[in-house]
Amino acid sequence: MGNKILVLLEQRNGQIKKASLEAVKTAYDLSSKLSCESEAIVIGNDIENMESIGNYGIGKVKHYKHSDLQNYSPSAYSKILAEHAKETGASIIIIPNTSLGKDLAPRIAAKLDAGLAMDCISLDIQNSEIVATRPIYAGKVLLDVKLNSTVKIFTLRPNVFTAAMVGESKADIESVNVDNPDLSTKVVEIKKSEGKLDVAEAEIIVSGGRGMKSAEHFNMVEELAQLLGAASGASRAVVDAGWRPHSEQVGQTGKTVSPTLYIALGISGAIQHLAGMRSSKYIVAVNKDKDAPIFQIADYGIVGDIFEVVPAMIEEIKKIKS
Amino acid sequence: MKIAVCVSHVPDTAAKINIAGDGKGIDQTGVTYVVNPYDEFAIEETLKTKEKLGGETVAISLGGEANKETLRKALAMGIDSAVLLKDESYRDSLSVAKALAEEIKTQNAELVFFGKQSVDFDNSVVGQMTAELLGYNCISVVVDFKLEGNKVIAEREIEGGKEVVETLLPAIITAQKGLNEPRYASLKGIMSAKKKVIEEKPAAAATNFVDAVTMKRPAPKQAGKIVGTDATAVPELIRLLHEEAKVI
Repeated sequence: MGNKILVLLEQRNGQIKKASLEAVKTAYDLSSKLSCESEAIVIGNDIENMESIGNYGIGKVKHYKHSDLQNYSPSAYSKILAEHAKETGASIIIIPNTSLGKDLAPRIAAKLDAGLAMDCISLDIQNSEIVATRPIYAGKVLLDVKLNSTVKIFTLRPNVFTAAMVGESKADIESVNVDNPDLSTKVVEIKKSEGKLDVAEAEIIVSGGRGMKSAEHFNMVEELAQLLGAASGASRAVVDAGWRPHSEQVGQTGKTVSPTLYIALGISGAIQHLAGMRSSKYIVAVNKDKDAPIFQIADYGIVGDIFEVVPAMIEEIKKIKS
Repeated sequence: MKIAVCVSHVPDTAAKINIAGDGKGIDQTGVTYVVNPYDEFAIEETLKTKEKLGGETVAISLGGEANKETLRKALAMGIDSAVLLKDESYRDSLSVAKALAEEIKTQNAELVFFGKQSVDFDNSVVGQMTAELLGYNCISVVVDFKLEGNKVIAEREIEGGKEVVETLLPAIITAQKGLNEPRYASLKGIMSAKKKVIEEKPAAAATNFVDAVTMKRPAPKQAGKIVGTDATAVPELIRLLHEEAKVI
């Protein structure tokens, strides 16, 4: 039986998220390798630029529309997605591994009695089967898995797959109104952290560790982060000490991140921290201990006092930016 | 009300993980196991909820004999009883969820807490799957939990903020760090946990859809260059980031 790929596009405030474009491009690559069709589904109300999905390789988008669906509702979204997958005979479902995707994918797997591989960092075809690679033990080990179910679900770690344009074409959008969505579990309010980028989504992260010596000194981390358009992160030690909120924690009991640039300030590099950030493309470490484990994975390091080095970095970056 | 908490037994996050010779599992040498860190928040919230509203609490774990250690810890913290669903073999998440759902049905628990993910396979899915299988409502990655009558109001962490989510019992909640401060077991708790009998039963059978093919090490990251030993190295560092790596 032929395959059919379905990609979930995630929208927040009517904007299609970048992780969805990565999923679309990945589906496009898979569909050419497996010679099969692919299409996308999006759930929400007013959504901008759905046609632009065509540029990334999917020509058909089904839009399920209802004013109560602009925010996430686990119950409604999972029903709509599972029913759509059944109706269209989707055999491969691709979902971004975002907070929404992570919540939704297992619900779909249970509803469709399907195999699920979460947080994949590569999808390879071997003997016309998909082999997914996923980090386990927070990235200390990589596990290759194959799914033997009729329907196979994969979630993709953001920032790992590229969202490259494959041409210029507009996707066909088919909008349908949803009658009485199941809102038994629904988001009633979103509390935004004021003007802050999340470490899970940022291209650049500036993280501080115990070497920052106090909560107050994190204004240096924040200043550098702001200058670079980066998110500020933290090690477990400083979160446990109450200097920073848990939402900033990078590592095994925090977030696993893969930014383009990770700047570690005063972080020695405990095994559980390294596990959470080692897949960053470039790592910079500043630490006064030359034997700190962080230097073993850093691309560039300065063995020195962060209280001298970081202000100098801020000045130097200002020069470049001006 | 019966409140259940599902717990798993995992390698300590400080453990160095080596791959076993067959490439299918990890080398157990020198690896110590602990209560899954997120499950401690789940246990604490179970206890807090019971302290507020009364009821009975049960901890459930699926795995081998060693999981009893984690169940004892839950008992020592104050959980009333414990059930071990015995199965030493590999199971994927959905097959774990199916066995847990059976037991939650047997226990007739209306509210169930999970940790948001086990820090071994890092799937973060079993809570949501179990809820679907039982027809329970579910809120995942919860950092704030309130129960008013049978209405649940919870905050879940998302990128750059929190979602306030409402639903009704019966429900499954998966706990994120920040939900509470897990208590330490008291000496009295530890002593009484030793005397309690952990009920053992075979885990309900289920098919695995996920075949673990092979484990491998991530490509080693080469240590890069030390640009300097004080602030005078900063211009060179920034130049490298700007011109060589092209990341700023």
